[in-house]
Formats: sequence, C-alpha cells, structure tokens
Amino acid sequence: MPAGICKGVCITARREDSFSYRLWRYDGAPGELIPLLQSAQDHFGYIPRRAISYISGVTGIPESEVYGVVTFYSQFRLKPMGKFVIKACAGTACHVSDSKLIIETIEDELGVEVGGTTEDGLFTLNTVACIGCCSLAPVVMINDETHGRLTPALIRKLLRSYRRREKAARGEESSAGCAERL
Amino acid sequence: MKQVIVGMGTCGLSAGARQTFDRLNEILSGNPGAFEISGTGCIGMCYREPLVEVREGGSRFIYGDVTPELAEEIYNLHILGGEVLENHIALHIAPDGKKSGSEAGFHSLQNKIVLRNCGTIDPESINEYEAAGGYQAIQKALFEMTPGEIIQCIKDSGLRGRGGAGFPTGLKWSFAAANESDIKYVVCNADEGDPGAFMDRSVLEGDPHAVLEGMIICARAIGAASGYIYCRAEYPLAIKRLTIAIDDARKKGYIGKNILGSGFDFDVKIKQGAGAFVCGEETALFASIEGERGMPRIRPPFPAEKGLWAKPTNNNNVETYANIPWILENGADAYADYGTEKSRGTKVFALAGKVVHGGLAEVPMGTTIHELVFEIGGGIKDGREFKAVQMGGPSGGCIPSTLDMTPVDFESIPATGAIMGSGGMVVLDDRTCMVEMARFFLEFTQNESCGKCTFCRLGTLRMLEILTRITKGEGEPDDIEKLVTLGNQIKEASLCGLGQTAPNPVLTTIRYYRDEFEAHIHDKRCPAGSCSALVDFFIDPEKCTGCTVCAKNCPVDAIAGERKKVHVIDNSICVKCGKCITSCNFDAVYKK
Ligand SMILES: Cc1cc2nc3c(=O)[nH]c(=O)nc-3n(C[C@H](O)[C@H](O)[C@H](O)COP(=O)(O)O)c2cc1C
Ligand code: FES
Repeated sequence: MPAGICKGVCITARREDSFSYRLWRYDGAPGELIPLLQSAQDHFGYIPRRAISYISGVTGIPESEVYGVVTFYSQFRLKPMGKFVIKACAGTACHVSDSKLIIETIEDELGVEVGGTTEDGLFTLNTVACIGCCSLAPVVMINDETHGRLTPALIRKLLRSYRRREKAARGEESSAGCAERL
Repeated sequence: MKQVIVGMGTCGLSAGARQTFDRLNEILSGNPGAFEISGTGCIGMCYREPLVEVREGGSRFIYGDVTPELAEEIYNLHILGGEVLENHIALHIAPDGKKSGSEAGFHSLQNKIVLRNCGTIDPESINEYEAAGGYQAIQKALFEMTPGEIIQCIKDSGLRGRGGAGFPTGLKWSFAAANESDIKYVVCNADEGDPGAFMDRSVLEGDPHAVLEGMIICARAIGAASGYIYCRAEYPLAIKRLTIAIDDARKKGYIGKNILGSGFDFDVKIKQGAGAFVCGEETALFASIEGERGMPRIRPPFPAEKGLWAKPTNNNNVETYANIPWILENGADAYADYGTEKSRGTKVFALAGKVVHGGLAEVPMGTTIHELVFEIGGGIKDGREFKAVQMGGPSGGCIPSTLDMTPVDFESIPATGAIMGSGGMVVLDDRTCMVEMARFFLEFTQNESCGKCTFCRLGTLRMLEILTRITKGEGEPDDIEKLVTLGNQIKEASLCGLGQTAPNPVLTTIRYYRDEFEAHIHDKRCPAGSCSALVDFFIDPEKCTGCTVCAKNCPVDAIAGERKKVHVIDNSICVKCGKCITSCNFDAVYKK
C-alpha cells in the first residue's frame, strides 16, 4: 500500500482502493492489471466495456489483452449482477451433503441457471468451490451472509423471505402498500 | 478480571458469532468493567461454533453453541456468580494444561505448532502475538544466526512443504539462496484451492503474524527484499487481517527498511487472486501476480532460478511459513521429535463431510486415518457406515475404510494412490457413490484446466463425458478400460500438476471400487442409492402434508394423491428428474 504519500490530503483506505484513485496513481508498475480490474468491478459491480477502455488507455495494454485476462478469471463478470449475489457452494464437503439439490432448488425457485440473473435484477446465482465453512455443509452465501445446513425446503423459504423483504421495502418506498403474498 | 473471548473466524461468524459478540458487548456497556472482551480466530471445533471462552487465572472454559441467550446466561451465572455451566462446556483447560469437557476427545491426539496461537490470541493485535512469544524468532534470525545457519536449522528440522508436494523446505531455500541476483522474491501461496480444505484460511485469520514472521525469516535466509502473499479473493476476512498485520508490523519496525536496526530490508504486499484454481500452481501464480492470464510455465527453469519476474524466488505454503518461527525458537530437534522418520513435525487437517466433528485438527505426522476419523472426528454422522476418506482434493484420491490404519505422512498416503495434498480430509459414508465422486472431481478440474495442454483440456472432457454417461445408467462395457487408458495418457502429456494429477480421483476409485463402476454399467444400479437416474423416489408419509406441489411439478404425472392426503410416486412412470425433491416444501421426498 502506498503509505506516506499523504500530500496534505487524508486518503482513507477506501479511497486508495477506488477505481479512479488507482487509475490516477498508476505509475507503470508491472502487475497492476488485475488489481485495477478488481477495483473496477468493485466500483461498477461488473466490468463494463468502458472500464476496459480506460484501463487500456492508462496502462497501454491492448484492449484485447485486458479482455483476455478478464475472461480467464472467474471473478470477473462482463454483465451487471443482481442486488443479491448468491454463491452456492459446490465444494467437496458440500457436494457430499447434496449441494446439487440445493443448487437445483435455487434454479427452480428463481427460474435462472447458474451464472444467470433474474429478470427483476434481484438475484444472481453463482457457484463457488468452498467457502471454508465445510462443517456447516451444504452452505450458501447471499451477499455477505452465510447460511448453512440447508435443505431444499429451507433454501426455498430463505429466498422467499429475501423477496418478501425486498418487496416490503419497495412497497414502503412507493408507499403503495402492496399486500400481495408470495 | 475475567476475560471473554469469542471465536470470530469465518466458521464462527457464519454460525452467528457476531450476534453473540454484540450481545456480550451490550452487557458490557451496561456493566462497565465487568469483564474484558476480545475476538480470536478459529479454535478448531467448527462444529460447536459459536464458541465463547471465559478465561480466569490460567483456567480456560470454552463454551460451545453459544447463542446470544446463552451468552447472557454465562454472564449471569459464570462471570457474575462464578458458577460454571457444566452442560455447555465444550472444553476446559486447567492451569496445568489438563483437558476435560465434552470435546476433550477432539483434542486428545492433537499437538499444536502451526495452530499454536489460533483461538488463543486476538489476531488483530500485534501486542498479543508478541506476548505469546511472537517476533522473537526474527531477532534470532537477524542478530544471532547467519543465513546459512537458518537454512541449516530448517534442513535439520526435516520440515517439508505443506502445499501438497512435500518438498524439503530447507533444501528449497538453499537453492534460492545460492542464486546470485540483485533482486529476489519471497512468495506465500495462500490460494488454497482444494475445495474441502480450510486450514490456510484459519491460520491467516487466526495468526497472520506467524506467517509474516516466517516470510521475514525466509527473506533473510535467501537474501530477498520484497515479498508477496497471494491470497484467494474468497477469503475477505483473511485479507483484512493480513492487511492489519502488515501495517502493525511495519509500525513496529519488523518489516520495512533497516529492520530492528539490523540493516536488513524487507517489505510485503498482498495480491488478491481472481478465482482460478490453477493459480495455486506456483508458476501460474507468478503469472497471475504479474497481471497475466494465470497459465503455468515450463519448468525448468525452476522458481529458485527464474521465478517471479524472472528473478530467483522462493514460494512456500501458508502452513509451511507458520512453522518457521516455532522451529527457530524451539530448535530443529524439538520439531523433528514429532512425526515419522521421513515426515517430521505436525500437519493440520481439515475434517469435513460425513464426520461428526467437522473442524481443524493438528496432529503429528504418522497419526492414522482411523484415529483422525474416529478419535478426533468422533465417527460418522447419523450412525452410518464409514466408507472412505478423500484426501488431496481434485489431485488426490479416495482411501477406502479397509486401509484406515494407514498413517498420514508423505510416504504412506501416496502409496495408496491418493496424495497428502494440503490436508483436506473429506469423510464419506455408505451413501456416497464413488462413481459420482470421481465425476465430481473431474468436472472440477475440467472446468479449471487453463487450456494450454491438449490432453488436459480435451482428455479430461472425454473422461467427464464417459463418467457422466455411467452415472446416468448409459455406461458401455469398455468404459472402465477407456477411462484408465485416457487417465494415464493425460498424466503423461500434461505440463503442470493440474493435468498430471487430474485423473487421480478417477483412477483410485476404479482401483478400490471397480465393483461400483460395474454395477452402474452392467446392472444399471447405483449401490449407494445416490445417482438419480438409477434409483427410485419415495415420499415419506410422516412428512407429506398433501399440499400437491410435487404432483403439480411432476412433468410426467407420476405422482398421485389428493389434497391433504399423503402422495405416492409411481416409479414405473417416473423419469427421475428430481423435480419433486427440489419442489417439496417439507423435505418429504427421498431417493433410495
Ligand atoms: C493445480 C495445482 C494447484 C495448487 N494449489 C496450491 C494451493 O492452493 N496452495 C498451495 O500452497 N500450493 C498449491 N499447489 C502447490 C504449489 O505449486 C507449490 O508446490 C507449493 O505452493 C509450494 O509450497 P511448499 O513447498 O511450502 O509446499 C498447487 C499445485 C498445483 C499443480
Ligand atoms: S465445501 Fe462447501 S464450504 Fe467447504
């Protein structure tokens, strides 16, 4: 981390991680491409076309090469993600605890396949290999919350509760008071 | 004053440790000075999280499954009243080190070197690490020992790399030390890609300074001035704690310019992975740090000669580095006292799967699989039968229960066809289908193949197609032979460890469970009752409420039953799509 570059402005850790700050700070040091892409993804929620152009413009790495790096790593996404990103664990311990059924149930409940985002932009479903909570298998992470020891019925209930909460929040916003039950 | 310590590793947090911690803090703010509170890393007993420890005068009481309500009770009865809640005690450690409590068995065979501070100190406090004897070893390394002596000490300890291959660490360091160069690098591999292994995460979350100190000592030994920790992005808490640790160590002068006035410089940066299993392979890891697609490079030249940015580089695993300060502190002989002749020291295992006590256990090398599964792990869940352990993840293999007396070390495990790997140990019971297991791992490696070598890219795909066919009951008589031939070809024709080991899970399962493959192929039967296409579906009358959801979802109308009455599946019509299982709101459908 670039310590001691304070120049009279207090730059917090958050700012040091930000996309524009990193672009501005770029000094030609090698190996900065992946951190730049990571902060772009933090900033936009995905890697938009224009981020690739910015990065290429600043670093001088051809756009095609930047794109090649983006597609190599599973962390980077070229499309926007839903409000809730579901990371269903498909690691070994979860697999032997029937995580496949959990994933199928999520696909069925949301009507999307792994990698997809629901039409209302609420959920994106991804799989990951081990979240590191193997003793609570099968495990699903929704944004930063981890849910363990799931069954098909439990995950269905959980997803519905997220939907309901979201609907309630939106209902409040528009003060329409929609009473539709899920 | 009584100290209260809450386990705040990822395992604890996902079991609700945050709520418990918050409740205790609330109590404390209402009663200032009643006790001291802090957080710690994973204590190992992940199956009893959230864990809360009450420490007083050298005596440690560790409570398991502590909900906010129980935390309140602990405060009222134990902290205020001095009465121990015996029923909730997972482990009690008396001042003389004697252990009792319901989970004493889990700790009976353990010897903690790598995990010496995990679960006892606050990982975000450098002072606690120092108070536990931390950063003593670098004083030795800087002022009392020459680089040559450090390397000799690590050689004498017999320490072998914990990242999977078990290469002697001292020897590796001596190669990097011998290569003259203006710039050298020290790299720590914290990519922990094996799904089912989580000890590196626990060490980074629970004792980040130990890893840093190990790296500093290595840098001193080989003459490097900068280092990188390559940590996978799925471990945000580990990254956060490492960042704090590096900042604190820099403030105290343990890293940076002229460390402790010795004239030696060393600095460390963290690089986050971006989700690619192959980046755990060291040459691919270097490519990734350099900002490229993480593709392995041809060796030789080895990293000790041309590694990161083509400079001499030493790369070790997290656990390897965490051992180093202890060895310098306690001496090579003390370390070599543990373990077997050729595999010295201890190893951390991540127990998971169908075992009662899932968590982390550090045992001397040479402990048997049986001891790990039954004495430490508490046996198999739901009273089922022990079938096998899977070791080494996607590069490893399954060791059947008949070989459970095999000691875990770098000689005995490979002799079974599996590998030590990073220490993930997934326990399987009689309901686990071995063909499906083999298919699962191959699907993983197939996905993660970087595509450079044809055999790895396409050979694994062909094998996956065959295995998928077998699990669907469409296997052909010569499929097993085809798998063996292809598997051996892939091993020979791949550049890096990923391809060279990808067929292992398939080859070992064929070796020990050929009859299961044959049952799938010839009798169209899955002996474990797991492969959907080869089993029958049933509805548990006890759980069925007659809600009709399954019948409505069944694409072939194989489910009959009236509203509010128990439903029944006609297996002669059923196409085994599994829709009824995933749609049931009461978990009433099962397969057999
Ligand atoms: C496909 C593949 C994945 C690997 N993943 C890891 C990993 O996640 N962590 C690790 O420490 N080593 C991993 N390794 C081993 C490293 O290449 C390297 O041998 C190791 O980090 C050396 O450290 P050690 O000597 O301390 O064991 C992997 C190797 C291969 C071929
Ligand atoms: S395998 Fe799912 S959390 Fe580890």
